[in-house]
Amino acid sequence: MEKRFVYADNAGTTAVSRTALDAMLPYFSENFGNPSGVYSVGRASRRALEEAREKIAGTVGASAGEIFFTGSGSEADNWAIRGVAEMLAEKKGRHIITSAVEHHAVFNTLEWLEKRFGFEITTLPVDSDGLISLEDLKNAIRDDTVLVTIMAANNEIGTIMPVREIGAICREKGVLFHTDAVQAVGHIPIDVEAMNVDMLSMAAHKFRGPKGVGALYVRKGIRLPSLIHGGGQEKGKRAGTENVAGIIGMAAALEEAVANMDENMARVSAMRDRLIDGLTKIPYSSLTGHRTNRLPGTASFVFECIEGESMILTLDNAGICASSGSACSSGSLDPSHVLMAIGLSHATAHGSVRLTINECSTDEDIDYILEVLPKTVEKLRSMSPLWEDRLNGKF
Amino acid sequence: MYSEKVMDHFTNPRNVGELPDANAVGRVGNPVCGDIMQIYLKIENDVVVDAKFKTFGCGAAIATSSMATELVKGKTVEEALKLSNKAVTEALDGLPPVKMHCSVLAEEGIKSAIADYYKRQGIDPEPIVGCIGDCDHCCHH
Repeated sequence: MEKRFVYADNAGTTAVSRTALDAMLPYFSENFGNPSGVYSVGRASRRALEEAREKIAGTVGASAGEIFFTGSGSEADNWAIRGVAEMLAEKKGRHIITSAVEHHAVFNTLEWLEKRFGFEITTLPVDSDGLISLEDLKNAIRDDTVLVTIMAANNEIGTIMPVREIGAICREKGVLFHTDAVQAVGHIPIDVEAMNVDMLSMAAHKFRGPKGVGALYVRKGIRLPSLIHGGGQEKGKRAGTENVAGIIGMAAALEEAVANMDENMARVSAMRDRLIDGLTKIPYSSLTGHRTNRLPGTASFVFECIEGESMILTLDNAGICASSGSACSSGSLDPSHVLMAIGLSHATAHGSVRLTINECSTDEDIDYILEVLPKTVEKLRSMSPLWEDRLNGKF
Repeated sequence: MYSEKVMDHFTNPRNVGELPDANAVGRVGNPVCGDIMQIYLKIENDVVVDAKFKTFGCGAAIATSSMATELVKGKTVEEALKLSNKAVTEALDGLPPVKMHCSVLAEEGIKSAIADYYKRQGIDPEPIVGCIGDCDHCCHH
């Protein structure tokens, strides 16, 4: 098969869609006005900005006044968590509940609250599919619990959390619920009303919008403290001239993603399932995350006796962009906390490979991965002393 | 993040495989840390006449195994013992800081094989080779 370029790291970032790019371009030059300006070019920017806010709100069942733009999904996560901590520490308490598989933007923010401000964090374990237990959640909520922060869908293994049920429990117990929906928005249906979500983070570049722009949904009535002090932008809560072009690109991309969601979900998950069926045929390999209750584009695996980073580099030489949660690819010395949380051993977790496709992917891309990846595994195993041990029945 | 040399030695590793008539075999690292190197040397008249390796690990682990085996071929045992992780790193035009332990592992791999060579002759390797492996260079579990 002829070498081709196959981008399969869409959970990392995506290519900006033509629609989003075309929507953005005028806002860099001719429509450059500062939305705070009272003259015509300023008013034009303001109108476009508020239209974008309305569009984005509409895609998740929110109203425009509940959407606050940020510079990233991580910023939205930080703001939600630190904001609630600041708002309720004195009034209600210092206990926060989370899951063991959160993104570092949530994980490290909580760790900081714990170390710096004496918060107590309850980290709910997950099962081998990456799901929390709702019973565990119910039992963990206390009188001094100020926030539950649990992601909508996992970035490494694609498992979709029972957001609606989590939201219902939090609502019943009177605890605020934030969800990091960075991997979910634009890919699976999200409705903050139906799901009882109080705060939700999203990032434009995960659904074919530009990098450097995200949003935090904050339910009306929650008086989240300001993140950046200064001018009156974002109702005075996040000062700084708005990233107008980025926000407009975000809205265009999300509107397009949601309009085509049913079709994309069907086509992308069919391609994902071909990857899963084909690659789990490799001996001593397995899928990570839930088999069916997973993001349409996420196919994640562990291949025993090889190391993820060397897989990624070898695939890259063949034109395939993928990622891994192995220690060596993460720049730390431990494999990802997500892979540990679902119960994998260190040795197995080192062999993780994540392929994330989207609507830009083609059947030919999948054919190519199915052709190249097994050979890559075979090549690396042929030089792995662990594989030799495995074949000799040593473990 | 990797130099061209590292990528070259990763993509086209030299000396991969086993050496059936090796008389010095060493294994360092462990699966928990995510890297294991198995080094095979054939030593004749005190000279390393052939070297091969098998490695489970990241790009740097494979590249340093490849380079270390290249560097000891044709060397006397005494010279091979002097191979330092610094020399391996320099020969690869550097490694990212987080990957330095791979070059340490490569150095230890060579030493471990030579220790085996002495053991096979009934000689205690420790006074000659020093401590090899399990030096907790890799990770802290």
